[in-house]
Amino acid sequence: MTAADTHRAILAVWRIEQPRLITSLARMLRDVALAEDLTQDALLAAIETWPATGIPEKPGAWLLAIVRRRAVDQLRRGKMLERKHAMVAHDMEAEQRAMPDPDSGLDDDIGDEMLRLVFTACHPLLSREARTALALRMICGLTTDEIARAFLVPAATIAQRIVRAKRTLSESGLTYETPRGTELSQRLSSVLEVVYLIFNEGYTAARGSDWLRPQLCNEALRMGRVLTAIAPYEPEVHGLVALMELNASRTAARTDAAGEPILMLEQDRALWDQLQIRRGMRALARAHELGGARGFYVLQAAIVACHAEARAAAETDWLRIAGLYAELADVAPSPVVELNRAVAIGLAEGPAVALAIVDRLVRERALEGYHLLPGVRGDLLHKLGRFDEARAAFEAAAALAGNRREHDLLMRRAAKAAGAAASS
Amino acid sequence: MRFMSFITSAQSDPPTPELMDAMNKLANREIKAGRMIDSGGLMPLDAGARVHIADGKLSVVDGPFVEAKEVIGGYAIFEFRNKEEAVASAVEFMQLHKDLMPGWEGICEVRALADFSGA
Repeated sequence: MTAADTHRAILAVWRIEQPRLITSLARMLRDVALAEDLTQDALLAAIETWPATGIPEKPGAWLLAIVRRRAVDQLRRGKMLERKHAMVAHDMEAEQRAMPDPDSGLDDDIGDEMLRLVFTACHPLLSREARTALALRMICGLTTDEIARAFLVPAATIAQRIVRAKRTLSESGLTYETPRGTELSQRLSSVLEVVYLIFNEGYTAARGSDWLRPQLCNEALRMGRVLTAIAPYEPEVHGLVALMELNASRTAARTDAAGEPILMLEQDRALWDQLQIRRGMRALARAHELGGARGFYVLQAAIVACHAEARAAAETDWLRIAGLYAELADVAPSPVVELNRAVAIGLAEGPAVALAIVDRLVRERALEGYHLLPGVRGDLLHKLGRFDEARAAFEAAAALAGNRREHDLLMRRAAKAAGAAASS
Repeated sequence: MRFMSFITSAQSDPPTPELMDAMNKLANREIKAGRMIDSGGLMPLDAGARVHIADGKLSVVDGPFVEAKEVIGGYAIFEFRNKEEAVASAVEFMQLHKDLMPGWEGICEVRALADFSGA
């Protein structure tokens, strides 16, 4: 093994053990930020020691012993300052004497501890960026460098975000506990938002050149699975997992050999990942069983499921999709949802009905500056044979499009409409 | 990256209760960590069959197979970041066997599933 191989092997072991190290330390120290620091110390210790000694037979126990020793040192240093900590240190020393060689310690209660950790890392007190970075670091075990590369920002920025977030957590005097009842649902939405943000960051930007961005989708999926295992009765958790699995199932079909994006209706459905679709459908069914059919994520998953179930684009159940968008608009009103509903209605009931919805959105000026609105409008006008108006709409859309490729596509459609107008 | 691992052994003794318990705990942890995405055990050989093609002839042989020296007992599908993580996990799994079922011998084979998405 080369030094680089050993380093990768150490990181792999550390990642498997890291959540348990943080959670058990956080419980002892009642301080997540400090627990995270000491866990990083354990990684450094492993990197210093293991290349010479080889990876120990029970790496988890080795790491746990290190972090516990560091925690005791840390507490002893602060003993004069705080009696409570001294008592904790005493307990821990006693515990260590009783268990000089902690076994690999496959705790039964890791679920509860993980849940607590997830809720702390995604605390609403922290900014979205901070929550995202902290979650990737504490729950997924990514290094600062990996997070920075994934988000295309300098490592120093991420490091600073993490330091600030941890300081906020330490100084807020936050109790390290799992919320219950209605507070749980409220706090859960902050967690789900982080997971979905991470997923989308990887999914919408996946242009094939940087492998770490699809990796973000995998991290989000993993976090989603963690949540379904530790909060199994929350329908929205299953809904989000379903939404992510179903969207991710199309990954292989989303770009052509040159890395150009392929729109969903034109994708080769044979490339859709059936294992992932099955997992998504199962998660969606579970969300429905739990009574969550009208959840924000569950509804979006149900829409994507309609596509996943259609063996060909022409078999898509647009009427059902339009109905689901209507429900979604009811639960979480948004002009973007309304625009999507219009597209579905256009395909289910014809362009005239859809155009009425789109024109209402134009009048309400809710989506001013959003290129997809004139883009959809142009498409509907074109289908209705109103080519001059369609051309104007496509040109307006092209002027608003931020992305070069989209701009070109819209200009091509404008030219096509102009051609149709000339020959009609 | 998805990996499939399966465990093969020439011995057919059931795992000791201690090993069973430790394997359950490990599987439970892996599920909660979002890494294990599917798993299952396989029934004994007499519940299955083999379909052969040899010398241009197709034949079906019901189990058990006398020539079978090694038996696949179960499989699991994981999602790992890389091969190192897959190996670390298999080593941990096999260490349990070494500790809790002395004398047992076998192989845990880890294979990467083909992935055409570039992810």
